Amino acid sequence: MRAALRSRPAHTALHVIPALATLTLLGGCDMVVMNPMGDVALQQRNLVIFATVLMLTIVIPVIALVGIFAWKYRAGNKEARYEPDWDHSTQLELLIWAAPLLIVICLGAVTWTGAHLLDPYRPIGRIAKGRPVPADAKPLEVQVVALDWKWLFIYPEYGFATVNQLAAPVDRPIEFRLTSSSVMNAFYVPTLAGMIYAMPTMETKLHAVINRPGNYAGFSSNYSGAGFSQMRFRFYGMTDAGFTAWVARNQASATPLTRANYLTLEKPTVNAPVMRFGRVAPGLFHAIVNHCVIAGSVCMSSMMKMDAADPSAMADEKGRATPIGPRPQSPLTSTDAGGPPPANPAAIPQRGPSSPDAQHIPAKRPL
Amino acid sequence: MTAPVVPLDRDQFHLAEEPHHPEGSSTMLGFWLYLMSDCLIFAMLFATYGVLGTSYAGGPGPKELFELPLVAVNTAMLLFSSITYGFAMLSMTEGRRGATQGWLAVTALFGLAFIGIELYEFTHLIMEGAGPQRSAFLSSFFTLVGTHGLHVTFGLIWLVVLMVQVQMKGLIPANRRRLMCLSLFWHFLDVVWIGVFTFVYLMGMLR
Amino acid sequence: MALPMTPSIPTVSPILGRFTIEALPLHEPIVVATFVAVALGGAALLGALTWFKLWGYLWKEWFTTVDHKRIGIMYMILGIVMLLRGFSDAIMMRAQQAMAFNGSEGYLNAHHYDQVFTAHGVIMIFFVAMPIVTGLMNYVVPLQIGARDVSFPFLNNFSFWMTGAGAAIVMMSLFVGEFAQTGWLAMPPLSGIGASPGVGVDYYIWSLQIAGIGTLLSGVNLIATIVKMRAPGMSMMKMPIFCWTALCTNILIVAAFPVLTAVLALLSLDRYADTAFFTNTLGGNPMMYVNLIWIWGHPEVYILILPMFGVFSEVVSTFSGKRLFGYTSMVYATLVITVLAYLVWLHHFFTMGSGASVNSFFGITTMIISIPTGAKIFNWLFTMYRGRVRFELPMMWSVAFMITFTLGGMTGVLLAVPPADFVLHNSLFLVAHFHNVIIGGVLFGAFAAINYWWPKAFGFKLNQFWGKVSFWFWVIGFYFAFMPLYVLGLMGVTRRLRTFDDPSLQIWFIIAGFGAFLVAIGIGAMLMQFYVSIRDREQLRDPTGDPWNGRTLEWSTSSPPPDYNFAFTPVIHDNDAWWDMKARGYQRPVNGYADIHMPSNTGTGMILGGLSVAFGVAMIWYVWWLAALAFVGILAVAIGHTFNYKRDFHIPATEVTAIEDARTARLVGAAA
Repeated sequence: MRAALRSRPAHTALHVIPALATLTLLGGCDMVVMNPMGDVALQQRNLVIFATVLMLTIVIPVIALVGIFAWKYRAGNKEARYEPDWDHSTQLELLIWAAPLLIVICLGAVTWTGAHLLDPYRPIGRIAKGRPVPADAKPLEVQVVALDWKWLFIYPEYGFATVNQLAAPVDRPIEFRLTSSSVMNAFYVPTLAGMIYAMPTMETKLHAVINRPGNYAGFSSNYSGAGFSQMRFRFYGMTDAGFTAWVARNQASATPLTRANYLTLEKPTVNAPVMRFGRVAPGLFHAIVNHCVIAGSVCMSSMMKMDAADPSAMADEKGRATPIGPRPQSPLTSTDAGGPPPANPAAIPQRGPSSPDAQHIPAKRPL
Repeated sequence: MTAPVVPLDRDQFHLAEEPHHPEGSSTMLGFWLYLMSDCLIFAMLFATYGVLGTSYAGGPGPKELFELPLVAVNTAMLLFSSITYGFAMLSMTEGRRGATQGWLAVTALFGLAFIGIELYEFTHLIMEGAGPQRSAFLSSFFTLVGTHGLHVTFGLIWLVVLMVQVQMKGLIPANRRRLMCLSLFWHFLDVVWIGVFTFVYLMGMLR
Repeated sequence: MALPMTPSIPTVSPILGRFTIEALPLHEPIVVATFVAVALGGAALLGALTWFKLWGYLWKEWFTTVDHKRIGIMYMILGIVMLLRGFSDAIMMRAQQAMAFNGSEGYLNAHHYDQVFTAHGVIMIFFVAMPIVTGLMNYVVPLQIGARDVSFPFLNNFSFWMTGAGAAIVMMSLFVGEFAQTGWLAMPPLSGIGASPGVGVDYYIWSLQIAGIGTLLSGVNLIATIVKMRAPGMSMMKMPIFCWTALCTNILIVAAFPVLTAVLALLSLDRYADTAFFTNTLGGNPMMYVNLIWIWGHPEVYILILPMFGVFSEVVSTFSGKRLFGYTSMVYATLVITVLAYLVWLHHFFTMGSGASVNSFFGITTMIISIPTGAKIFNWLFTMYRGRVRFELPMMWSVAFMITFTLGGMTGVLLAVPPADFVLHNSLFLVAHFHNVIIGGVLFGAFAAINYWWPKAFGFKLNQFWGKVSFWFWVIGFYFAFMPLYVLGLMGVTRRLRTFDDPSLQIWFIIAGFGAFLVAIGIGAMLMQFYVSIRDREQLRDPTGDPWNGRTLEWSTSSPPPDYNFAFTPVIHDNDAWWDMKARGYQRPVNGYADIHMPSNTGTGMILGGLSVAFGVAMIWYVWWLAALAFVGILAVAIGHTFNYKRDFHIPATEVTAIEDARTARLVGAAA
């Protein structure tokens, strides 16, 4: 029932068609987008509600007027005024352009601040309303790889990896770094935060926090081929103690995620079970992003430096196991998403239209 | 635009004299519109080259591959062909069929030379192992330059067909209109090539 | 390196390419049954055509016609036939999603289901909405501007057959081989040769490329027609609003479709020639495809909806018996939408990691489009205000549109707010949104237009009863089918899923399936409406040519209009030209006819369309010899056509007199 109450403004629109949206039916279902357990998703939901209410202020009158005019000026009603040549009124014209304009100005302002404050690349500034992130909090880093058709989660801080099972302690900021092995996917845990694409040869980021323990659904929200429907995982919000136990359980697994194991894992499978790997080959995520897991292949980051005639080109190719060197940041992208968030959204550095690794490449390439 | 005179009589609902839409009166506009759409295709290919033009994938770049003198000769061929096409059009307006045909033939020869040199360049690159499969840079290079070459080839086929038609029917209005269209097409390809030459070859060498 | 990316091309025979008997889906009972039904139906149709000796008539009067009216009607028929195919796909999806719960796999496997949703999207956009829009513009624009035909009548016929060729190729994929399993935009790397080695994506590419040529040329044709062929006195600001929207739509077509052509060409090079445009390796960039395809894709949305805005403008003004409110602001709103259509494409992928400022920019431009769109809604509203609204079928569809589209527009603006899009992108909320605007806008518009212009095209009105049945089933069915999808979207359900594990979702899918069932009845009622109307055409006959008390020029001529449209070219003084003529006591001239110059029919367009099908199919199946042969054939036929200098004829004045005298008699009969 709480779901229904909380989401009332969003489905006021539905009530316009009374035949459909019976409150009881809605109360019975879990509208996770309207009732999330993570602070980021909660702020996004608030924006959804705000925007909807704002627009309803004009949408409801318009729909009502359609009904009123259609009834009042029906051909059968000879009482109503009929002015067949009346086709212009400056005041009305002004009104019908100005009213939507005002709403768009208002919504545009909210969009601008919202898009910046809730930019997935920006580390979160608060754990929940009125609870800023403690200065000493170290975010939990999770490297996410979308495989055909399962999810690999690597926990570099703890040195283990899991398949199709993700967990995080409550109220600790999480920093996801995401990529994909072959095709485009999108990583989405509705209760936690909005989605972000996981794309081959590119790295994206997502910052989030979970505020309540629980067992939640996660999945790919971008169609990726035959096994897409089964590409689901569970996300657990855990207490600190629960998380410590979960980490220990994973670390206890005897199977390591070596490069060879990864190449086997990467092969397409449908409905993969939960898997645990106690150890992870160093630099694996970097190698996946840069398409160089197979021994002897040249990493894309090195190739790009070679293309740009950078003398340090093959530096991180020697051992192949060197932990993370310079990383590509985002598909379009370069230099944001690090350091504390500026108070003013306008001061947030923006990603420009340069190529991955831009900061490591001499800046003289035309176009 | 449509009617020669807009009648002022508010109560006149038909023209006394039927307006005559001469056959093909919209052809030049229509052909322009087509050319603009073609121009957009080239714009996409230029944009693609702009994005991928430095992705050599560890393979050869423009400096190792391009031979500017050869490309300069090629450019000259196409520019000359545009000039000779201009002469053909001048002869056409003077109504001299023989001269028109002569200049068209010269244009065709220059066009053939252009295609020949381009094919030589392409085979040469492929033999060196720098074919379109080697890297994104080479894919976009071959596609941009090759699409232009394909257009020139179709232009040549069209040119030959028109020469046959001019021979058969003379410089009748329909043929003049077609020659005008091909003229637009040919100069358009010239302009695109100047873009290719500057953007791909010259800037590639400066990179 | 990712293993699935390694190309694995099966052996290619020099004669049959990669076609083998396994390519026929004999193991899929659903497809076999469909094939048998289609084959029997097709055979019956061909038999009937032969029995009634209709081939000569069809060839002479329809297939080879260069008359914009007949071409327009053929486009509409193509659109409606393909609507049945696209809707069957929709019903299959609804059934699958309503069934596949609690461990059930439903009745479609992934290979089949993934083709179904891809084909549904491709067919509905390219082979339903586009032909209907193009057909309407073809039929109405020359009549509304007082012209005898379009600027390039042969090109018009050719464009139609290219669209038909594309549709034929899509239909062929149902029975020979497979269709793409990539979603309707075929995003790489999924659509690359590594992840999709089969013929599906190639079917997709070649059907769109071939149909795209037709679309582009018809765009060029209609722009030239509107700019060059307007009747004397019709300045741009005196054009009917439908012509304005048609002009803007065709400008969008000419400025957007080359982008699609180019991006699909690059994708085919990746697939056929092993280039590296959108690959994960060798410097390729899949993001570039996403950008390029949406640079075409967003204007495409406005290509579909703008002409329908024109239709509603005509319908609301006619049935309110009143001038359109704010003609000038309507024109400017249309132009603003045309320009802004190119500035919003990135809102389709806010979630792909562009920066916050980039997202905000595209979010705000998207919202700005809602301003002119909102202004249009208000203009229709104030056209009804102080009018005398007759609720004939076209007007009913218009009112349903105004309500439905406003809701769809609202959810659209919501999705334009990037943080909101992060939680709703790719969800069923999004699916509900775009069906809300495309069905509520484009399809409702198409139905309003069909009911409105049918009497013009055939000389009799459509049956009201079945029209109303169809209307109510469609509208109520729409709300039943898509409102649950909004709810499901808020429950975090994403699109294109084949099976589900949360049982609480099922009830919503069942309601949506019920909605689709209601829509099916709506479609059936519409076919029934056509049948009954044709059967009772004598009772429904409209001898006046102006059954709705119309306002624009098409209502000044007879229904159906003669081949030459107007015996005398009209002179225009007002943007409601026909209303103005009627108001000032216009008398139809009954003598003084002259010879009329008209273009001749030609079979070249159909032959080129047929050769294009052969070329496309040969490319799809790697039958290189046939591809080469068909290509040479296309060139030869096209060149051969240019040697035909005699492309027109004159309708003699005596014939014009006979036709016009017959109309005079009908008008006298109607008045008596």
